[in-house]
Amino acid sequence: MIHAGTRPLRVLVTKIGLDGHDRGSRIVAAYLRDAGMEVIYTPPWQTIPGVVKLATEEDVDVIGISSLATDHLIVPKMMEALRAAGLGHVGVVVGGIVPEAEQSALAAAGVSRVFGPGAAREEIVECVTALGQKSRAERVDDYSEANP
Amino acid sequence: MAPSPSPIPLAQRLRAGDPRAVARAISLMEEGGSAAAALHAAILPATGRALTIGFTGPPGAGKSTLVDAFVAELRKSGRTVGVVAVDPSSPLSGGAVLGDRIRMGRHTDDPGVFIRSIASRGHLGGLSRSIHHVVDVLDAAGRDAIVIETVGAGQSEVEIVDVAAVRIVVNAPGLGDDVQAIKAGILEIASILVVNKADLPLAPRTVRQLKAMLSLRREGEADVPVLETIASEDRGVAELLAAVDACATLRPEDAAARRRTRIRRLVAEGAAGEMRRRILAWDDAAFLETLARAARGEIDIDTAARAAMEAQAGGVPLPVAVPQKADRRAG
Ligand code: B12
Ligand SMILES: Nc1nc2c(ncn2[C@@H]2O[C@H](COP(=O)(O)OP(=O)(O)OP(=O)(O)O)[C@@H](O)[C@H]2O)c(=O)[nH]1
Ligand SMILES: [Mg+2]
Repeated sequence: MIHAGTRPLRVLVTKIGLDGHDRGSRIVAAYLRDAGMEVIYTPPWQTIPGVVKLATEEDVDVIGISSLATDHLIVPKMMEALRAAGLGHVGVVVGGIVPEAEQSALAAAGVSRVFGPGAAREEIVECVTALGQKSRAERVDDYSEANP
Repeated sequence: MAPSPSPIPLAQRLRAGDPRAVARAISLMEEGGSAAAALHAAILPATGRALTIGFTGPPGAGKSTLVDAFVAELRKSGRTVGVVAVDPSSPLSGGAVLGDRIRMGRHTDDPGVFIRSIASRGHLGGLSRSIHHVVDVLDAAGRDAIVIETVGAGQSEVEIVDVAAVRIVVNAPGLGDDVQAIKAGILEIASILVVNKADLPLAPRTVRQLKAMLSLRREGEADVPVLETIASEDRGVAELLAAVDACATLRPEDAAARRRTRIRRLVAEGAAGEMRRRILAWDDAAFLETLARAARGEIDIDTAARAAMEAQAGGVPLPVAVPQKADRRAG
């Protein structure tokens, strides 16, 4: 038998759409790794179904979307797709350059937090940690759950 | 048995191939503990059908790129695929950036390919502690082929032998002193040797060096093909799949033996872990005295270890005792 222990939080750091700015997402991936998390990092230009498949297979606790020059409103569409795929428990944060008007739309769609340029490492780590722990606590334990 | 949530619904869902259940089961296996053990027991009868293929080799040889192309080839042959890509954890933070998947982008829309990134979590040998269980989950989920990419080869990577029926050692020209990069132990576990990046000028030299090394092998050892690939252009990959399939049909009897070795190793690892935990937490006065004597050099460490282990084990016979042996022990 394997030793029972705690599993590090698993976080998907990715970018959807045509936005190629990847400096922020690389830095954030390194922050989270150095804080002891397992980061699944992807290059930019992912699709919504692609992100859903990734998040499902990798069983992540949090998804971090970096969004600098896209139609930011792609994020609410992703949230909807996640819920439809049974991943409603996964926490979502966004970072990058998001106009204030759109920030409220993201919040309304269930995004926990939007980070802007210059966001501090400690703040990011603290937020993602809390969100990941909440996500684990809230997840319906699939292994006792009835067949849907 | 400790009261734990029944793993049976999860076992059923994963056997039906539900990706969310498969993903959750893998996490559970990584966590370990009684729920994992119960789930493993529940799915074990459904395992043993998948073809397991391991890719190992030095960092940057092109393993992930080759796996990506190889999986595409497997899909062309109509097989469903599970991929387990192992990356190292940082020894300092315990965290990891799991990057193999970056090179496996072409399968993002294909439900026939399930990819899972695993962190080594300090386990030596290029794999992770729970790798056997993870592979069993994908096997029970009905994946026809399971592809395992290990952490770039060190010297201790022979563990892949237990896990994969067919082992592919990937090399590339120009990775330092070519042949030095391929340690002898690694050569011995190879079912197939690949020289990837065959588009690079030094490739023929690497092929020659590998063939020369192979010629030094003992007589009677199975032939190891040396193939050239250009993973980034899908070249040589169909030939690689053909070689893999040939290798798998050549030695079908290996599967049962490998499985037994594997289970034996899992039992040994579990026992070692349990013993370690017990001894680290042991504060019995007689044991503390044994430690003190060892510290003074009055007894050697091996003797102290054996004494501790035997005292801990308490001479309790195994639950399923073979009658004759039990008699002998009693008398
Ligand atoms: C560098 C840069 C580029 C580089 C990108 C290089 C690269 N590989 O990343 C290049 C020159 C290629 C480029 C191109 C373009 N750019 Co540009 N670019 C910038 C610039 C100057 C800096 C971005 C940057 O790298 N910052 C450094 C990183 C570390 O900061 P960051 O990404 O903000 O990340 C921090 C936080 O936001 C947060 N964070 C970010 N992501 C995440 C994710 C998670 C999960 C979390 C928790 C936190 C988090 O944490 C980070 C650390 O604090 C910005 C202007 C600016 N001041 O931001 C414009 C900017 C982003 N670019 C812009 C534009 C318009 C473009 C182009 C469309 C220009 C054009 N017409 O061609 C192209 C598009 C290219 C493409 N395909 O996407 C606009 C976007 C406007 C908008 N939001 O609507 C900006 C804002 C400039 C402007 N004021 O107009 N750009
Ligand atoms: N020229 C050439 N480059 C290749 C080929 N295959 C892979 N590469 C490149 O080699 C680099 C490493 O490829 P990976 O697939 O990440 O190698 P890896 O062995 O998985 O690396 P690690 O997982 O980090 O050990 C990448 O830049 C690839 O694009 C090839 O056939 N020819
Ligand atoms: Mg790799």
